[in-house]
Amino acid sequence: MAARRLAEHQPDSFAFTAENRAWAEREIAKFPPGRQASAVISLLWRAQEQEGWVTKPAIEGVAAMLDMPQIRVLEVATFYTMFHLEPVGSNAHIQVCGTTPCMLRGAGELIDVCRRRVHPEPHHRSADGLLSWEEVECLGACVNAPMIQVSKDTYEDLTPEIFDGLLDSFRRGERPEPGPQNGRQYSMPITGLSSLTDIQYAADDVRPARKMQAAGRRKTNPGDAGGIEQRDWSAEYAGGDTLERASERQTGEARERSGGRDPATRSAENQEAGRVDPAGRSDEAAARSSAGGGKAQSVADTHGSGPRNPGPQSDRDTNDPGKGR
Amino acid sequence: MLADKDRIFTNLYGLHDPGLKGARARGGWDGTKVLLERGRDAIVDEVKKSGLRGRGGAGFPTGLKWSFMPKQSDGRPHYLVVNADESEPGTCKDREIMRHDPHLLVEGCLIASFAMGANAAYIYVRGEYIREREALQRAVDEAYEAKLIGKDNIHGWDFDIIVTHGAGAYICGEETALLESLEGKKGMPRLKPPFPANMGLYGCPTTVNNVESIAVAPDILRRGAGWFASFGRPNNVGTKLFNISGHVNTPCTVEETMSIPFRELIETHAGGVRGGWDNLLAMIPGGSSCPIIPAHQCDTAIMDFDGMRELKSSFGTAAVIVMDKSTDVVRAITRISYFYKHESCGQCTPCREGMGWMWRVLERMCRGEAQKREIDMLFEVTQQIEGHTICAFADGAVWPVQGLIRHFRPEIEKRIDQYTANAHCGEPILQAAE
Repeated sequence: MAARRLAEHQPDSFAFTAENRAWAEREIAKFPPGRQASAVISLLWRAQEQEGWVTKPAIEGVAAMLDMPQIRVLEVATFYTMFHLEPVGSNAHIQVCGTTPCMLRGAGELIDVCRRRVHPEPHHRSADGLLSWEEVECLGACVNAPMIQVSKDTYEDLTPEIFDGLLDSFRRGERPEPGPQNGRQYSMPITGLSSLTDIQYAADDVRPARKMQAAGRRKTNPGDAGGIEQRDWSAEYAGGDTLERASERQTGEARERSGGRDPATRSAENQEAGRVDPAGRSDEAAARSSAGGGKAQSVADTHGSGPRNPGPQSDRDTNDPGKGR
Repeated sequence: MLADKDRIFTNLYGLHDPGLKGARARGGWDGTKVLLERGRDAIVDEVKKSGLRGRGGAGFPTGLKWSFMPKQSDGRPHYLVVNADESEPGTCKDREIMRHDPHLLVEGCLIASFAMGANAAYIYVRGEYIREREALQRAVDEAYEAKLIGKDNIHGWDFDIIVTHGAGAYICGEETALLESLEGKKGMPRLKPPFPANMGLYGCPTTVNNVESIAVAPDILRRGAGWFASFGRPNNVGTKLFNISGHVNTPCTVEETMSIPFRELIETHAGGVRGGWDNLLAMIPGGSSCPIIPAHQCDTAIMDFDGMRELKSSFGTAAVIVMDKSTDVVRAITRISYFYKHESCGQCTPCREGMGWMWRVLERMCRGEAQKREIDMLFEVTQQIEGHTICAFADGAVWPVQGLIRHFRPEIEKRIDQYTANAHCGEPILQAAE
């Protein structure tokens, strides 16, 4: 258990921005009537994104919005350790994972860098107020250890040198390209694929591999962290046969994937039909559209050209409501 | 080694489109309506027959769990809750599913919910997985747009998915704590019974399943229970995502068959132990809560539920943490102990007090600043904690300590001896006053 208290100095008031308030109301509507308390974590989270930390007025405000006793919201705010109960660095709050898998691969050295370059103690802001750091428990990227998380992004496969560069970027207010910093393709072995080499993917189902970028360089599009950017990682490392394979796949003809499927099931599926591949490129889809006949549904349906379903899910949490970092 | 044609997660590394179009090209959402037309009981039976055991750590048979849900609704809605609060140190498999193959999960949610008579599923993603949650939400939105889920969807089963999240509490991976958290409370586990299948989310019948268990369900139904059951040893069947971290040459996440020998697993995919096989000191087979296994048992270790139980460890989530001989093993386990001290919810006294006590003793043992009899005392205390709490958190927290004492007692004793031998080095030498 971690004993967590509210900060001594608190602002006078809190109010969601109009945009965030509208978002909060949609969030509450996701849950059944009378169960609005379920949205408490999301709302506190949004308050933290707006203010930088969870303030006492924010806790009271959220309690009022959700019709909850203040103590219940206070309990939640102090129980969940991702809520910052005191101000953090205005540019970046660096969460270094220190749990065993990261520790084994050198998280201790990252913490030393933090102590040296940010502040000797965790949960304190650097002298210029731009950075702060803490050691957190497992962030769930253990095969990419050691790693840190800053705001929404993770920076993985770090060395003290790369981390040093990242700190410089954060201090300048930049958001370097997240993900593995040694040029790896997510959780793939750094030497290239050890599996999934024998599958023919559809020609239009191939994304370019991540391209290696020097740590600390400014990202072109700060809003996007999906790793869609080009990264020629394999050029830096041995085992570049992966990229060749990828390009082979790109040019090779598309074939159906499921060699392991029970043939009986498949023919039944072919007859009963579920869908037509909108791309219309795979043999399987072609076979089905000729065999499946009338039961195959129209392409327009699968594309959902009709009005967007106004279900509770339709609110997407992609735009950063926080301060213009 | 698992053949590529038998792999379920074909976009594990994000080399392909995680969107609906890509998922379909890789075989997702293929004839889902036909699967649903088989009916509830047939789906549950097929999953039972496939021998799928829950992938969240405990290994409870998934089909059996589904069958616990009431067949007829008594007026209360049924819920499926997907446990995407993947926080066990070493484990990062659900992350890859959510960000690269999210449609497998979305389709699985539909099928599982249909099989349990649930019209809504909540996916509880851990707070730290923000990009993963966004990727999953994109997939859910796509599925709504394509009318695959939602009201009046093409499958004829009204179904909503709500993606929600926590904020950094490991304990919320425990199913009843997760439900509490979903209801907007502190994540403190509930006493069982009543079990969630009777009184779960909002007091309604609920089943909580791991992401991977749900994501493999569509493929099991499409390819047949026999196909899934053909991998691995009886009682331990199927394919499984393995996370290999720690001191290996190429740490990675990979899908492999159950019952793969440990050595084959890491030499095929992780480039072997750093410095060669003989440099192996120990490994933790399934996330931090599993007792450590020393090198001499690793030669023949079989990575499945029974194989790990024979070695007095546990298969857990198949998150293998490898340690080579440069590891300070006492320090490594102490760090795990600190993790559990940090994450205890504080509800039960043995756990709240015991976690901190264990960590403080281990911290001294790291430096050798302890008595040898304290090793036995520590072991005894762990046994007093085990089984005396509401949830299994405390059990998972004491197992690694017990494993350490069981296998590395000489190492702890050596440290105590060294400390004792050098006890007065740092002190100034006293001189007689003239």
